[in-house]
Parts: sequence; structure tokens; C-alpha cells
Amino acid sequence: MAAAGGVVVVGAGHGGFQVAASLRQNGYDGAIVLVGDEPQLPYQRPPLSKDYLSGKIGLDLLLMRPAAFFDEHRIELVSGVAVSEIDRAGKSVLLSDGKRLSYDHLVLAAGARNRVPPLPGIELDGVCYLRNFAETEDLQRRLAACQQAIVIGAGFIGLEFAAIARDKGIPVHIVELTERVMGRVVCPETSAYFAAAHRQTGVEFSFGAGVTRLGGEGGKVNHVVLADGRSLPADLVVVSIGVVPNEGLAAAAGLAVDNGVVVDELLLTADPNISAIGDCASFPSRHSLKNPVRLEAVQNAADHARCVASRLVGKPHVYEALPWFWSEQGALRLQIAGLTTGFQSVVLRGDYDGGEYSAFCYAGDRLLGIESINKPADHAFARRLLAAGRGVTAEQAADPSFDLRAAAMARPAG
Amino acid sequence: MPRVTYVSHDGNSTTLDVPLGTSVMQAAMLHGLDGIVAECGGSCMCATCHVFVREDQLKLLPEMELGEDAMLDGTATPRQPNSRLSCQLVMTPEMDGLVVDMPESQT
Repeated sequence: MAAAGGVVVVGAGHGGFQVAASLRQNGYDGAIVLVGDEPQLPYQRPPLSKDYLSGKIGLDLLLMRPAAFFDEHRIELVSGVAVSEIDRAGKSVLLSDGKRLSYDHLVLAAGARNRVPPLPGIELDGVCYLRNFAETEDLQRRLAACQQAIVIGAGFIGLEFAAIARDKGIPVHIVELTERVMGRVVCPETSAYFAAAHRQTGVEFSFGAGVTRLGGEGGKVNHVVLADGRSLPADLVVVSIGVVPNEGLAAAAGLAVDNGVVVDELLLTADPNISAIGDCASFPSRHSLKNPVRLEAVQNAADHARCVASRLVGKPHVYEALPWFWSEQGALRLQIAGLTTGFQSVVLRGDYDGGEYSAFCYAGDRLLGIESINKPADHAFARRLLAAGRGVTAEQAADPSFDLRAAAMARPAG
Repeated sequence: MPRVTYVSHDGNSTTLDVPLGTSVMQAAMLHGLDGIVAECGGSCMCATCHVFVREDQLKLLPEMELGEDAMLDGTATPRQPNSRLSCQLVMTPEMDGLVVDMPESQT
């Protein structure tokens, strides 16, 4: 049975949900079907590794919207079902339950999945991930009885988990292959500040440390073996070494993929009836030193979604929203505006030792982005400045008397 | 239960029961109200739950912390003296009858 056209959205995460909601807000009147492979109503992911894991909020506050919202806005939710194939010529998708949905336009908001290291013992009970609701529920249960946690990978997720586990008094040892925390997204100065702050709460780190295998007894993990020969005991291992984009569906349909589904500046694939957004999309950004770029962020998914929804109601515009990111690790608040990948120099502004500062990251004279640590005012200004394409010179950034607020709030000339 | 009235930019108003301890943002999301986006989920990180509070009710609200004050400088619709981020407005008995105007745009 084929539904009658309209927009079919693959993936009911932040991007998928926002496409559906924005289409209705923009007055789109056709059918909208949102297909997600998880059983829950669409929910927010960032709180999973923060307030939800810590037990501060329940599922009701995790949901994007209540069930009634989808009925009222005539958004058909197909939950717990995967899309297994795209038929581009026939403009339809085949679902894992055997049903077929036809589309006028298909939006791929398929997200990303955990990177799973090919290590002996990776299948042992007690080896966990923290990306979706089911994984978080599982982890929450295990945390209650955990004696020693090992985290593989010192990115946002690993560090957010560590902060919560330490808050519960659980010993945490983080094993990181590179020499610093969050090395892919922040400057060395910020890595050093965060590592020191986590150490102060009792987190142990091993840097430059590869894992060779996980060991256990009776099917349950009880230790991790490092490349340097050390064997670390653990009854819980959290694997947080990043994600890989879900691009297989697009690739199988003959669409170009290159670390994500390749799209143009309108977020359209080479097929005029298929767009791709969010974590699974590789797109050109005027904010990036190197293109194309693929970002894993709520802002990116939601702004992509709004851009596509606008195009689908006849108001196309080039995607150029400023990327921004955040992480909360215990008392530490990290906010990043812009894309700092490829920076060559850093200017610190504020009280670094006191943990209230911003790092201005430059490539040559070009301000790429600003990391703000417990300094939300700087972040708000950074977003304004970078979105408007206005720079702050390294000299200005380094000058405590320079008025960042005035620079950010100034109306552009003309 | 205390109530809050949300007025959209085009003048439509919706009144909701908001349990004590729930934020004005959370209540809006739980009821699927358009007009508040709350992209960061209530962490005071995104400035997309911006509301305007009636002048005479400002004194009923919890005091503004530095983080909220800072993020209000990044709202899509420019801040006014009566601007607040609704994720920081956690319901107290005194706030019963609160009226908030939602801005034209949150993003």
C-alpha cells in the first residue's frame, strides 16, 4: 500500500522532527510522514547525557512535543520502523515492515550511529554507548550498581558521562588515544583546562592510550587491556569514540556519499526530489575553512531542517546559518560559536585560571570561531559577530579594554 | 494549580496550568505550543525560548542570573527591558496569572 505523495522524512531525530514542524508552520498542506526506527515519540538527544542520565528529568521533558501535537499538525509518525530502500525512479521508499511509501520529496535525516571499535571483547555485557534513549536507560540502570567505570574516548559524550558518574561517587578512568580531551573540537588551552577540572573531581586519565581488548568472565566485562600492557579493572565500559553517518541508504540508491550524503548549498542531493540534513549530510558552509563539512549538532540539524522546509514551500535560500555547539560537564559550561577546525593561533580573553574565559581561534587573520568557558556573554556576542561575518582582530581580542559587546551589538553600516 | 497565559505574535492566547517547579518553557513544550523553540532543551544555552513579560509582573519572577542576562543578548528578536528566557522561569505560587508575549521569531 502506498501513501499519496507529500514529504517523507527518514529519521525522527532533531532534524526530522523540525522539518515536519517547520513545514506545517510554513503552511505546507500536503502529507507529511516521519519515519523513525526508535519506538518513542521524537525526543531531544542532548539531555540524554546530561539531565536525563543524572535522573534530573524524565521522559516527558525529553519529548520534542506531546503525541497530540502530531495529530493536530497532521504529521504521521511511523515509529519503530526503518527505511530499507529508496526507489528513486518510482519516488517511493520501502520500509522494514514491508510497506511502501511514495513521496513527492524525500528528506534524509538519518543521523549517525556509534562508532564501534573492532576490539576483542567489544560484545561483552557491560560495554555501553550513550547516543539514544534505550542506551541511556540501560546505562542509567547499570550506573546504580557500578563500582568502576572506564570511558574509551574523551569527547563531549565521554566527559559528560564522566561528570555524572563522578557526581554519583563512581570511580572513572578515561582512556584517550590522542594526547588531549575534545581534541577534534577545541584548542589545546581549552583541552588542558577541562582535563585539569575533571582531574580535580577525581577523574583519572590515560592519554596516548590505545585499547587492545576487553576482557570478562561469564560474558560480563571486568577489565580493559591497554596497548602499553596495563590491565584496568572495570564493571562498566562506556565507548564514546564518535559516530559514523548513516549514509548507506543514499549510497545504495546511487547518490554521492563522502563522509555523509553529499548535498549542495540548498541541502539538495543530485536528485531534485531528495534532500539530506543534519548529522548525515555533507554540505558546503561559508563558515568552514575546509569544505564540505559534516556536523553533529542540534543547531545544525534544526537549521538545516528549517532551510529545507522553507525551500519546499517555494522559498529557497542558501544555507548559511552559523554553527554553534555546547557541552555541560558538571559545573563546566562550554559554548562554541563557529568552526575552529584548521585554526593556527589562539588568543585567550578573560580569566583562564579562574575558568571564565573565551578562546578566539584564528587562521591567519580570519577569526574562525570562539570557545567560551563559563562565559555565556562572550558566546552570545560571538554568535552575533560571526553570523554577521564581522571579525575581531587578535589585538582586539587580547585587549581587556576592547568592548566586545559594543562590537557585537553594533548595527552593520549602511 | 497556577496558570500562565501565552500570547503568540499574531495575538492568539493560550492559558495553561503550570505545575510548581515546572518552567514556563517546559509547560509550553509539554503542550506542544508553537512560538517557543527551546533548541537546547532548557540549559540556557540557545536563547530560543525568549518571552516578553508584562511590566507589572516582572517583580513576581525569579531574579535573572548572569547566564540568562548574557544569553538574552543573543536572541533573534532583539531583547527589551521586559525580556526573559522562559526556561529560567520556574513556576512559584506568586507567578499564578503570569502573561507572556512570544516574539515574532526565536531563530
